[in-house]
Amino acid sequence: MHKRINLSAIVAVFVIIFLYLPITAVVGLSFNKSSNSLIWKGFSLDWYKSIWSNEPIMSSFQRTIFVAVVTTVLSLIIGTTISIGLNKMKAGGFLRTFSTAPAIVPDLVLAIGLLTTFSTISMSLSLTTVIISHTVFCTAFVVAVVLARIGLIDPSIEEASTDLGASAVKTLFKITIPQLMPSLIAGAVLSFTLSMDEFVIAFFTNGPETPTLPMIIYSMIRFGVTPEINVLGTLLLAISFVGVILAQRIGKVADSI
Amino acid sequence: MATVRKFKFSATVVAAAALLLSACGGSSDSASSASVDTNVDITTQKLVISNWAGYYPEDLAAKVKEAIGVDITITNHATNEEVMGKLTASDDSGIDVAFVSGQYAQALAAGGKIVNFDKAAIPNLANLYPEVADLAYDKGTNYSAPYAWGTTGICYRSDLIDFTPDSWNDLLNPKDSVKGKTTMLSTERWLALPAMKLLGYSMNTTNADEIAKAKEQLVTTKPTLLAYDDTAFYTKLVSGEAVLTEAWDGWCNYGIAENPAIKFVIPKEGSDLWADTMVILSSSKNKEAAHAFINYILQPDVHAWVANNILYKVPNKAATETLDPALSTSYPNMGLTPAELLKGEVVVDLGTDSKLYTDLATSVTSS
Amino acid sequence: MVKSGGSKTSRHLGWAWASPGLIFLTLFAAIPVLSMLFMSVLTAGRFGGVTTPLNFDNFSRATDPVFVKVIINSLLIASATAVLSLLIGFPTALFISRLSRKWQVILIVAIILPYWTNFLVRTYAWLVLLNNEGIINKFLRNIGLIDKPIEMLYTPAAVIVGMTYLYLPLMILPIYAALEKVDKNLTEAAFDLGSSAWKSLRTISIPLAMPGILIGFIFVFVPSLGNFVVPELLGGGKTVMIGNLVRDQFLKARDWPFGATFALILAVILVILISIQSYVSKKVTADA
Repeated sequence: MHKRINLSAIVAVFVIIFLYLPITAVVGLSFNKSSNSLIWKGFSLDWYKSIWSNEPIMSSFQRTIFVAVVTTVLSLIIGTTISIGLNKMKAGGFLRTFSTAPAIVPDLVLAIGLLTTFSTISMSLSLTTVIISHTVFCTAFVVAVVLARIGLIDPSIEEASTDLGASAVKTLFKITIPQLMPSLIAGAVLSFTLSMDEFVIAFFTNGPETPTLPMIIYSMIRFGVTPEINVLGTLLLAISFVGVILAQRIGKVADSI
Repeated sequence: MATVRKFKFSATVVAAAALLLSACGGSSDSASSASVDTNVDITTQKLVISNWAGYYPEDLAAKVKEAIGVDITITNHATNEEVMGKLTASDDSGIDVAFVSGQYAQALAAGGKIVNFDKAAIPNLANLYPEVADLAYDKGTNYSAPYAWGTTGICYRSDLIDFTPDSWNDLLNPKDSVKGKTTMLSTERWLALPAMKLLGYSMNTTNADEIAKAKEQLVTTKPTLLAYDDTAFYTKLVSGEAVLTEAWDGWCNYGIAENPAIKFVIPKEGSDLWADTMVILSSSKNKEAAHAFINYILQPDVHAWVANNILYKVPNKAATETLDPALSTSYPNMGLTPAELLKGEVVVDLGTDSKLYTDLATSVTSS
Repeated sequence: MVKSGGSKTSRHLGWAWASPGLIFLTLFAAIPVLSMLFMSVLTAGRFGGVTTPLNFDNFSRATDPVFVKVIINSLLIASATAVLSLLIGFPTALFISRLSRKWQVILIVAIILPYWTNFLVRTYAWLVLLNNEGIINKFLRNIGLIDKPIEMLYTPAAVIVGMTYLYLPLMILPIYAALEKVDKNLTEAAFDLGSSAWKSLRTISIPLAMPGILIGFIFVFVPSLGNFVVPELLGGGKTVMIGNLVRDQFLKARDWPFGATFALILAVILVILISIQSYVSKKVTADA
């Protein structure tokens, strides 16, 4: 047992290093005096100062968080209800495939498809259409993650609960959801992450006056990554770190209830 | 599985219906004319402008508001293709004025997506060089107002190579000393350009043989390249990763600003003439303000301010004459005269033949 | 009262739960995607969009050697990415699933956190790290290990590593979710009974984690197949994949029907893969 753990531990450590190497570069470069990311010209906080006055970046940042939060909530609800339903009816391959497929359709295809659909039903493009579009593929991810687990849950516990007279809602909240919790957390984290980071679909389904952060960053690419973008990256990292600590605290409180 | 088929079938029917509906959205065959209602108070209108990031002075919106009283929101696109995708995918993209390269304006006009100007509302068109009216993608300057123009050439580190490049051959069949340190533009028309010019063909050719010969040359070049790069090639020059790149003249200036050893040259076989233009969308509900905006940009002092800011040449005679000559010393491309520029071949839209170049680019880059 | 699943009441309940979500997905996923794919048999509009005459030319055009080469190349690169992700993702997920709940959360968070930094920013960071004049090469030259820079960037390898980096959590999370449910007593028991760690892994952990592994594989494989940004940035435009084809046809050539043809090919591959995954997954769950 120990040997296996050591090997997997080594791999896990390597993975963490692999994941954080570029992060370190991003954080380090945010302090780069030079505006050219490939050349180091000395330590400076200038870019941190200038970013607050950059109104387009700041407002798009707020928008992006808003979209991600709403998308996550919607995706969790829709994805979990679908998963519970599919599990109850012992759904076959088709419905499972159908519910997880949006996660895998190339984003460009989904993007243009959604754009033309919105155009056909004369729905004007705005953050709402972005939220709908993001919810589509985030829901699929939630379904995939929840379904993987829900099939392994012993149904007899739920049945016992209903047999003992608990209402469907009570069973849901007291039995099913706690058992699904790791998947729900994974699904929520995944949805939020994917939505925050998503560019292609947002570009095509967003109204022109409300760009999201990835859209702004992508169009700034023309000049290579300026330290402002690295500052953004660093700030995003810091904020998500705080956010996750908070989520953990809330989770602990919820657990004890 | 019958349910699968049934579902897919009915979905297809619905999809087809939706598609027919959207296809019937109806685009006329060519640009319609706008007639500006002079009684409209343009300060009540707002504009959404789509332009490349960093391709306009930062306080443009504020200056516009001050000058003509119109609120503008500037949204960015990274490439022509992106904004074209948005403009053509839906009937109303929400954009009023778009900055697109000339050949794309031509395509938009042919599809009825943009309007012909009400020239009475843009008197500053007179400030443009007379040659502009002859530019093949919009003869007569009916639907596109040129914002910046230039050419494509070789941008290189004079201190890191021991010769002075003067031919497309230096890029396409590089000397050993620069192999692995060169880049080419990846947008297909500009990917093909050096080969076309070296072989003596037009860069707008649709002749299958000529395209095949160009492809042969480009395939030979690929293994010698560091990368295909439209956006960060000047960064590579500054860091020394690359020493010789295919570049648009204004872009080379970003490199020159960081390292004066970087120089730009137009190869002797000739090059292109491209122009980035302003167009007004047919779907715009603020055409009066749009005309006023374009007219404002074409004002000599404003256009000169733009040129100084973005370091590209502007096709505005009145503006260019006011530019500080010292600018051309630091940035030689700024001193190019229209006569010299016009030696370049104007890039035009190839309509349904565009796919010839996309296929060319695909076969070259995947070889 | 309901005693076993699969009964009529249970199925009706199931539909009641799933219907609203399924309708949402139909309206905003199925219909848009299907109408997009249907475009492959329509004709290209003059400058984008589609018009009605049905035509099937695109399919024979797609069999041109140039495009076939791109498709095969994409399959290879996407497979390499998925395999690499699995090789490093599985041990990681295994390791995490064996920790205490508190540490599990910490590590899962540690893995997700980088992803809250925009992927373009992180990809550019790789450019900085790996380029011929970049940090890693400069360091190796300074300590005298090499005298010419190692060309790491603008190669297919760079694309594979870049995409592995992007999609790794999509491999780790599902495997973790499945493994976490594996009764640790089972593995302990197997070990006690004398089977080596590797054997208990092979006979217990891996099969039980299989649904997660299969999902992870698909979550990495298919987006890798359709990605166009990483081949462009890290591959220097020298590695062309299906995603680049779709993007080029839609945005550059403005030949939507042809672009839709490649999207269709992608979709077919996807459907085949998921069917396999679903079948194997059910079988494994039934066996376990």
